[in-house]
Amino acid sequence: MSDALDGTRTMTLRVYRGAEGDPPRYDTFEVPFEDGASVLDAIVWIRGHRDPSVAFRYSCVNANACKECMVRVDGKIGYACTERLSPGTMTVEPLANKRLIRDLVTDIVPPKERLAGTE
Amino acid sequence: MMRTSTDVFIVGAGGAGMYAAVAAAREGARVLLADKSLIGRGGATIMAQMTVAAAVGHEEPDHWTHHLADTIEAGHGLCNEALSAILCEEAPIRIMEMDEWKVGWARQRGRMTQVHAPGHGLRRCVYVDFLNTGPAVARTLRGEVAQRPGITRASGLAVLEVVVAEGRCVGAVAMDVESGEVVLVEAGAVVLAAGGLTRLYARNSASLNMAGEAYALALRAGAELVDMEFVQFFPIGHLAPRLVGMDPIMWDPFRYKLGGRLLNGELKEFIHRYGGTDEGRYTARRDVASHAIIKEVEAGRGSPHGGAWLSFEHIPEAELKKAFGPVIGRLAKNSIDLGRNAIEVSPIAHYHMGGVRVDTEMRTRVPGLFAAGEAVGGANGATRLSGNAISEAFVFGERAGRFAAAEARAASRAPVPDSAADAVIAEGRARLGKQSGGAPALMRELQALMWDKVGLLRTGAALEAALARIREMRAGDLREIGIAEEAPFNQALLDWYELRAGLLCAETVALSAINRTESRGAHQREDIPDADPGFERNQTVALDGEELVAGWRPVPRISWTLEEKRAAAV
Repeated sequence: MSDALDGTRTMTLRVYRGAEGDPPRYDTFEVPFEDGASVLDAIVWIRGHRDPSVAFRYSCVNANACKECMVRVDGKIGYACTERLSPGTMTVEPLANKRLIRDLVTDIVPPKERLAGTE
Repeated sequence: MMRTSTDVFIVGAGGAGMYAAVAAAREGARVLLADKSLIGRGGATIMAQMTVAAAVGHEEPDHWTHHLADTIEAGHGLCNEALSAILCEEAPIRIMEMDEWKVGWARQRGRMTQVHAPGHGLRRCVYVDFLNTGPAVARTLRGEVAQRPGITRASGLAVLEVVVAEGRCVGAVAMDVESGEVVLVEAGAVVLAAGGLTRLYARNSASLNMAGEAYALALRAGAELVDMEFVQFFPIGHLAPRLVGMDPIMWDPFRYKLGGRLLNGELKEFIHRYGGTDEGRYTARRDVASHAIIKEVEAGRGSPHGGAWLSFEHIPEAELKKAFGPVIGRLAKNSIDLGRNAIEVSPIAHYHMGGVRVDTEMRTRVPGLFAAGEAVGGANGATRLSGNAISEAFVFGERAGRFAAAEARAASRAPVPDSAADAVIAEGRARLGKQSGGAPALMRELQALMWDKVGLLRTGAALEAALARIREMRAGDLREIGIAEEAPFNQALLDWYELRAGLLCAETVALSAINRTESRGAHQREDIPDADPGFERNQTVALDGEELVAGWRPVPRISWTLEEKRAAAV
């Protein structure tokens, strides 16, 4: 993908990668940065421009309505859609108190919303 | 492969899907309610911030036939009047039911507060403060769904294909988002309640899962779509400065309560020059306001980011605080002080008037297949009134659930063979393990193409170019995309299925827009600026093999006059 960042203001986002049981690893992405942008903006940009395989759970876009995008940003729990990017380097990781599924996705589905098959 | 069976399978758990689940369960049906996101968290309902139109008459005397008259007028001659009448007549029943379920409609002195939204003849729209209508509705319905034992919930279940056997809908093929496991659902009836297609436009107010899946599922099952050329653009979507943690359509409630002045780049009012009135009172219809803003920008009189100014600077701070309480603080976090600065707004894709063609029991032409909510086409004709979308989700959701339960009771079940999943699953699997990439770029290209060429102002030439490219994308580019073999939670694979649905829908919009060689409501052709009475017809689209075929139908009218209906109601 082209999408070069020449001349744009950027910041660096370190993203946790891997499924449950994998050794933890971090991928580092340089992403565009504008005043007021959210961590979700950066993750959406990474999935759209650098690596679509990054797993991330969200539904509403920056509206803080669906409440699905909770992660750890620099160790602090918050919604990716309302946590702001800042210049320099930030680290985004999955919630520590939920079972990891893959990358930034943890098991936040209520147990009664899981499908059990008949066979 | 996992198998499960149910009486009524509901695809999509927004307002319409959850209401359908409750209604079907009340009829004694076993219900499986699925969403590819979380139940009651995704979709459009939760994004709604303000108005729900219903003639409950708490603020001033009203009757549902007045609501119907306003709805039909906004529809520019194309409303399926039978559906519109049901929407308006049953909206108050559903509003009161939601009230019993403690949604928390805003009240003063015991009566529901109703605001005057554009296109309505009077104060008709109920809401939940502050900017909380959608979240409150979603929470209430999640609660109603959870306490009914007949309803099984499935979060993270993406539906990829409706299964039709011997002309009857018998279930669906789905994929567990987390594990990637294929799930075969056997059902007596299926309800498509997965919303609209506004995600296909570069600028939209949609949540992630609004890429037209319901329409694509319906088409592939053999159902017809109707009025697909009519995409509603919300005139005052947020443009600048950067705002996060809020829905881009959030300025609407401010306008209902406080007016607010819409100004061009020269700080002058302009809507009156386009046949509307505004004057800080927010009465111009949505299509008129959108058109006016785009034209001002084209004429070089836009705001710095290419929209219009919306100013509340003349409203005293105390009034702002009273009307919006905690929201003022959320705006401050975004460095927005409405008392000091105007903000910039511009049109944004918001709602789809077109959709699945159904009868008054929400049945498609495929036996056993129903639709509900925004997925349904026809009730709003060529333009939707503010406040009709949530009402539609409730009313059509309830009906779809109720009639689907009856259908499931009456229908003889046919088993879904394992092979039903083969073709659709093979399409996605064929993309796995190739060089990863391509889907996000193709989606971006589609969104830009729809915005530029199939958007607010259209021409035949631009539409033809768009259609040609969309067909190429659907037959070619889509089949060259690579997806990394990642598991679990292979989001990229679901992105691909979303694009597969989105491209099919985009083609229906472009094709329908080409065929409608006139301007009407939300469909504005710059090359043919006038309405043509010969086009007071509904356009249908259906799939024949992989080819889309369009046709025309007379508009379903109601046979009695509004006056007769009113007299009968007294």
